[in-house]
Amino acid sequence: MNTDTDAAASIDIDRDKGDFHYDVEYKHDAGRGLTEETIDYIAGVKGEDRWITDFRKRAFRIFEDKPMPTHWASEDLKAINFDEIRYYLSGGDAPKRSWEDVPDEMKETFERLGIPEQERKFLAGVEAQFDSEAAYSNIKAAVSDQGVIFVNSSEGLAKHPEIFRKWFGKVIPSGDNKFSALNSAVFSGGSFIYVPPGVKVKHPLQAYFRINAEQFGQFERTLIIVDEGAELTYMEGCTAPKFETTTLHSAVVELVAMKDAKIQYITVQNWSANVFNLVTKRGLAHENAEIRWIDCNIGSRLTMKYPGVIMKGRKARGEVISIALANDGQHQDTGAKMIHAADETTSNVVSKSISVGKGRSTYRGQVHIPKHLKGCKNNTECDALLINAASRTDTYPAITVRGNQHATQHEASVSQVSEEQIFYMQQRGLSQAEAISLSVNGFVNDLVREFPMEYSVELKRLIDLEMEGSVG
Amino acid sequence: MSSIEIKDLHASVDGNEILRGLTLTVPKGEVHAIMGPNGSGKSTLAKVMAGHEDYQVSSGEVLLDGKNLLEMNVDARARAGLFLAFQYPAEIPGVSNANFLRAALQARLPEGEEIDAVAFYKQMYDRMDELGIDRKFTGRSVNEGFSGGEKKRNEILQMTMLEPKYAVLDETDSGLDIDALKVVAEGVNAMRSPERGFLVITHYQRLLDYIVPDHVHVLSGGRIIRSGDKGLALELEEKGYDWVKEEQLATT
Repeated sequence: MNTDTDAAASIDIDRDKGDFHYDVEYKHDAGRGLTEETIDYIAGVKGEDRWITDFRKRAFRIFEDKPMPTHWASEDLKAINFDEIRYYLSGGDAPKRSWEDVPDEMKETFERLGIPEQERKFLAGVEAQFDSEAAYSNIKAAVSDQGVIFVNSSEGLAKHPEIFRKWFGKVIPSGDNKFSALNSAVFSGGSFIYVPPGVKVKHPLQAYFRINAEQFGQFERTLIIVDEGAELTYMEGCTAPKFETTTLHSAVVELVAMKDAKIQYITVQNWSANVFNLVTKRGLAHENAEIRWIDCNIGSRLTMKYPGVIMKGRKARGEVISIALANDGQHQDTGAKMIHAADETTSNVVSKSISVGKGRSTYRGQVHIPKHLKGCKNNTECDALLINAASRTDTYPAITVRGNQHATQHEASVSQVSEEQIFYMQQRGLSQAEAISLSVNGFVNDLVREFPMEYSVELKRLIDLEMEGSVG
Repeated sequence: MSSIEIKDLHASVDGNEILRGLTLTVPKGEVHAIMGPNGSGKSTLAKVMAGHEDYQVSSGEVLLDGKNLLEMNVDARARAGLFLAFQYPAEIPGVSNANFLRAALQARLPEGEEIDAVAFYKQMYDRMDELGIDRKFTGRSVNEGFSGGEKKRNEILQMTMLEPKYAVLDETDSGLDIDALKVVAEGVNAMRSPERGFLVITHYQRLLDYIVPDHVHVLSGGRIIRSGDKGLALELEEKGYDWVKEEQLATT
């Protein structure tokens, strides 16, 4: 199989539907580099309360104090030049409730990405963020009439401080890691959602994060609180144009599921290959609540993301289902964190990664079950598929179970698409690329089914496109 | 023109020449059997025709209806009408039989054309019924966890769905009990037509009781050393391969 030599060359084909950008006049531009003045600038534009600015500045000091985590993570992090990055860019308008009112370049961007169409078809609400701020934000009347709040983080802070402040930074403290500190210092955009007790939101709410500018950093902050017995599905998509320079995306997402609540958080990311995607995501599940992270990572230069669930209440459940695809020049460093903090809590992690060409995928899992608990269960499965001889995968599972009243199970596998499989499929008339695509889709098939139909079709298409470039 | 023509074919694997001047023509409408002892080059011939990259062709030609197969890659040969029923079919985890067949048929359509799903399923179910294959089978992964007999039946199902111009059956009888052998043979016989040629590779005469060939060739040392009608297969069964080899030595 002559798949190695041409892998890199054929990937340059410009076929990514997200690879375009517009020259936009930004009314607000915090300039390059990060200092306290940058934070004052952002706070000034937003007209924030003093406590938020103080929160940002404390986080900034933590960010400065914390070293890059290169003692365990990729050395490639050193390639990020924080002095070159632009931390805040916005057009200065409040998000529009109608696409008609959204400025042309932004409207066209989201139309090319198919967002308004998706909204009409199957969404209960959409927030579309363009660089630092939302350009569009709307929730269907039927949903807001039930008391559901769906706004961007600035509006959430301004209009609903009593709920926001109670949970903000509580699931993920600023000092959790260097990048959560960075986000806490300069966050802008992202969603604030509150679902009142007993309300089951039938259709998903969606946020779309679009990076348009070069050498930019996007730092959205999302906080979702689903009250007792309520249910929500939230989906996020992300893209950026391909630039020669590096782009930084560093989000913080906090979920709170109160007693008996259910949250399903779905991500389909398709960043361009110059994006450092360093995201902290964690949920807090109270008694008998359920939090599921369904995560698909395609693209980016380096992704570091380990969605977690803290199971704080009895019988709480946490789940991470993830698919990662690492192509040439990409490193998907993903995994899950499951913290059991009450009796009879259950967690499930299923991770599948595909490494293509010289791509590298890493699984890092942390499961923690302390001694004083009983009846906790964890299941972890991580499977890696290697396409080429130069493809790489690593697995670092850390499962700490104390006490003898728990059940844990861990399975891991590494497999390779074999020459004989490809030969067999080609003999039936499929091209080499079609054959590899089919086996890759077969490998992730059971997980793709976990995504809503509209997304699973898109997912298959993305995988096909990635695989097209992987063979000669 | 309407034939597969193999002319003075030389091919090697890992530097060892296995095929040494093989010449054979299979016209449409005929079934040719190739018999030969282990190591005579039978499976090599199948792999070389299909285009497996482990095998290097040093000289000779393989023409499919006049088109040079050796210049085409594996999938182009398949789409040109060549089908190989594998001796050891590969397993493809996660890809269902139905999806696989559909993708294979789709690959034969011009760009922009889509398979008619209803007609596809109807045809597949009809063919499965004929081959005695349970309908649940469509949802199972290709060959994964299949018994030897199931794998061979699946090869025949694929052949009947893809309707090739020429089919090469590589030791399709190996690992089959007599009932499975009959089902497979019936499937092949139903496909026999003036528009299709078959090359049946086998070690044993048994299969040829059920798929009766028009011509039988004996392969030894990478060449056809003897050709005849179906009677040759019976003679071989009776006297063993050494008999032809000795005769060959005596005449050269």
